[in-house]
Amino acid sequence: MLETVLGLYNYWIVIVLMMAGFYTVIVRGNLVKKVVGLNIFQTSVFLLYITMGTVEGGTAPIVDAGADLYTNPLPSVLILTAIVVGIATTALGLALTVRIRESYGTLEEDEIIEIEDRMDGEV
Amino acid sequence: MPLVQNLPALQVVLPLVAAPLCLFLRAPRLAWLFALAVSAAAFAIAVSLTVSVTEVGAFTYAMGGWAAPWGIEYVIDPLDSFILCLVTGIATLVLLYAGPSVEAEVPHRLIPAFYVLFLLCLTGLLGMVATGDAFNLFVFLEISSLSTYALVAMGRDPRAQTAAYRYLILGTLGATFYLIGVGLLYMMTGTLNMEDLARRIPAVADTRTISVAIAFLAVGLALKLALFPLHKWLPGAYTHAPSAVTAFLAATATKVAIYVLVRIFFTVLGPIEAFQTLPAAVHETQVVGVLAIIAMLSGSAVAIFQPNLKRLLAYSSLAQIGYMVLGISMVSVTGMTAGLVHMVNHAMMKGALFMALGAVVLRIGSPRIERLDGIGARMPVTMAAFLIAALSLIGVPGTSGFVSKLYLVRAALEDQHWIMAAAVIVSSLLAIVYVWRIVEVAYMRSPPADARPVREAPLVMLAPLWVLALANVYFGLETTWTVGLAEDAAGFILTYVPGEGPLSEHPALEELLEGVNGGGHGPAAEEGAH
Repeated sequence: MLETVLGLYNYWIVIVLMMAGFYTVIVRGNLVKKVVGLNIFQTSVFLLYITMGTVEGGTAPIVDAGADLYTNPLPSVLILTAIVVGIATTALGLALTVRIRESYGTLEEDEIIEIEDRMDGEV
Repeated sequence: MPLVQNLPALQVVLPLVAAPLCLFLRAPRLAWLFALAVSAAAFAIAVSLTVSVTEVGAFTYAMGGWAAPWGIEYVIDPLDSFILCLVTGIATLVLLYAGPSVEAEVPHRLIPAFYVLFLLCLTGLLGMVATGDAFNLFVFLEISSLSTYALVAMGRDPRAQTAAYRYLILGTLGATFYLIGVGLLYMMTGTLNMEDLARRIPAVADTRTISVAIAFLAVGLALKLALFPLHKWLPGAYTHAPSAVTAFLAATATKVAIYVLVRIFFTVLGPIEAFQTLPAAVHETQVVGVLAIIAMLSGSAVAIFQPNLKRLLAYSSLAQIGYMVLGISMVSVTGMTAGLVHMVNHAMMKGALFMALGAVVLRIGSPRIERLDGIGARMPVTMAAFLIAALSLIGVPGTSGFVSKLYLVRAALEDQHWIMAAAVIVSSLLAIVYVWRIVEVAYMRSPPADARPVREAPLVMLAPLWVLALANVYFGLETTWTVGLAEDAAGFILTYVPGEGPLSEHPALEELLEGVNGGGHGPAAEEGAH
């Protein structure tokens, strides 16, 4: 029992972050909060990758006398790429939010939908 | 032939390098011609790749000289070359069309940026097809997606921004789901190379981690290809994006997502028959087949009630995605062939339809049906092409739409899937209804009395439109190329067996580690240029 809780500590954090982020994206009506939720969701995946690369008792992957067990560096490298992608997504998301705010005057999704329904009504 | 060996890399690198150069060509017309030339060159590369794949079979290119499975490998097999031809061909036609259309719909100072994004999107799509590495595929997926969000947001209407925002949220969720799936596969196998994954997965097939990975991959990719019920982003994005973008997206982006689904489920997860073991929903029909049927029926039904023709065609696209996925979900050579043939045919018909609509928007200013009374008489050349493509969409004999539906129904009957065959026919009947609505307004009503005379769209827009419209007729009568290539690809993908892998770990690695490999829950350290 204790082993499942503490031994898989990182994975529990991953799950909590993933669900919190996912929930925020789906439920929140504020466009900025959605982007924040998306960020949390992506961060959980970064943590998942980095956790799986860890080798118990392994050192940093630098060839050195005395070291014979190394942590797997590949997941960390992959996540560097994924972080860049995440930043690009966040930047684009926030840029769109700014422009939506400029044209709609609000960031709340229900108000935006209301305005859009009115737009759809007029030809 | 050293050049041919480098073509897989050139195919992707050419538009990637060319994209930022568009920004330096300040004059919109110059940027347009440059992008057009680049995509024509990409098309030439795709054609020569197809020729050499037909001659010598699948071949690979090791990025940076790192041998697979340690480095990133580009693999061109019959399915890849088929899709590469489709994407680059459509891109070239759409870019030709884009010139006047973009000048009218996108603010002047943004036009060079438009072509940068367009070429980046093309790069992403081509990279997804060419790569043989599951993580590299994610990177290209995001390159194409991010540029697509920005392209959609370039529409004139403020609703384009909210549509792009919604697409961004859902698209990122889909891509991240894919990333989680790939991560879990990597956790169990320690490799990201697709062929190597296919080799190693059978040993760990029965673990819960792999089941979860399959679920994440399936949902993530279904979001990307807009399979019912994960299609919410598509109608808005197609409706409000600039016309040229809509034509390009409708004809290629979802197709490439479907290609990725096929690639992941039939080659990477092919040896463990992951697709066949997805939860069964009705009898032995997997959930994917059922969702495809619902997509076909609901998409066509909703399309009937749309007053905005772009939105109407977007819902029709949802139904057509259903057809493609339905063919794939049958897991037979005929079914897969039908799905793949419909990918090409749908690209031609929807490309033509959205192009024609874009030409109408250019002259009339609106894609709303109330504004289009008598448009058939006012813009006869454009609407004639629209009509041909619309007939193909219904599946009238003599058009390419008929060929794909014939194969779909034949595949369904082969395996006694009566419901599937019936759904194809019912959905086609619904298509007659929504096409008829347009035909009625366009041809049987007289133009409003105060209508000012309109000119036809310029020739550079009409030419690609008519190329696609006539392709619908040509490939409806002469099917050796489409069906032949699709059959090759379907046969290849369904009987895919990963080749023998290298027997030991990387030689250099062994020297470094002196034979000691990592324990714990991580796989052995690998080297790669990710």
